[in-house]
Amino acid sequence: MWRYVVPLVLFIGIGALFWRGLDLNPNYVPSALVGKPVPTFSVSSVKDPQATVSTETLVGKVSLVNVWGTWCVECRHEHGFLLELAKAGVPIYGLNVRDDRSAAITWLSTLGDPYVASGFDPDNKAGIEWGVTGAPETFLIGRDGTILHKHISPLTPQVWQRDFLPLLKKHCGPADCPFLSAVGGS
Amino acid sequence: MKSLALLAGLWLAFAACAFAAEEAEGFDDPALNERYRALIHEVRCPKCLNESIAESKAPVAAELRREIRRLMGEGASNDEIKAFLSSRYGEFVLYRPPMTAKTFAVWAAPFVLVALGGVVFWRILAARTQQPIDDEPLDEEPTP
Repeated sequence: MWRYVVPLVLFIGIGALFWRGLDLNPNYVPSALVGKPVPTFSVSSVKDPQATVSTETLVGKVSLVNVWGTWCVECRHEHGFLLELAKAGVPIYGLNVRDDRSAAITWLSTLGDPYVASGFDPDNKAGIEWGVTGAPETFLIGRDGTILHKHISPLTPQVWQRDFLPLLKKHCGPADCPFLSAVGGS
Repeated sequence: MKSLALLAGLWLAFAACAFAAEEAEGFDDPALNERYRALIHEVRCPKCLNESIAESKAPVAAELRREIRRLMGEGASNDEIKAFLSSRYGEFVLYRPPMTAKTFAVWAAPFVLVALGGVVFWRILAARTQQPIDDEPLDEEPTP
């Protein structure tokens, strides 16, 4: 009896694992930073080399941090949606990585600038503090400076509805997110 | 023979590619350099899965190698460097994750499987030795 049951159970168990594995995304790497405070960093601003974008910039409000670069093709795809969010009043901060300052400024002046400010990080030093592997990546930052979510790949209306809005609804205090109704979270 | 030489040439070309990514970097001090080489082979590239940062040509791999060289230059131990990496990129980047409650199954699985195999093997052997010896006579030797 056992000599038939044990292999059958093993087969079904391993089969279930493999079946599950077919649906998993092998490129999905969970972020180590979700639930942790914004990392310590300080870089100059893309548009104004005298100004800084740092940890302090992000504490005290709900905001997005978007990692981008002019070399990043997918960033171009999400740019329109970032402009929409910015227009609705969402504070978006950029982190421009592995880029050239003048190219970045040209990008912002030709495509539009959705960012309150963009940090300039040519060798991805601040990016490593953020666990950045590439671009685009978008972080949702809570009022207390906690990283609530990280999204790798372009930010689309679908992703916004599915992942960002529920978190905003959950974490926004009464006066934290005046933009909420304008971005679909009535 | 010719095709064999071609194959060998191709293999060498690919092997050269694989090592080219980090060949020029490192330390002048041989001991430090050896530690660095060993360490970068133990860190998984977070962008290009299933490649170590030693082999990968992704920008993030080069940046992580740069950070490791910087930390080693500042005198950081291997454990400190691994903590630095895993606090930013998760334990995912360590090919040998530390044993914690979460990773215990991964560490224990090989030993459990070997033990299980041992039990099965022992039971089969025990069952065999208890079988009665065949009563059938052996073939008789052919008589000349």
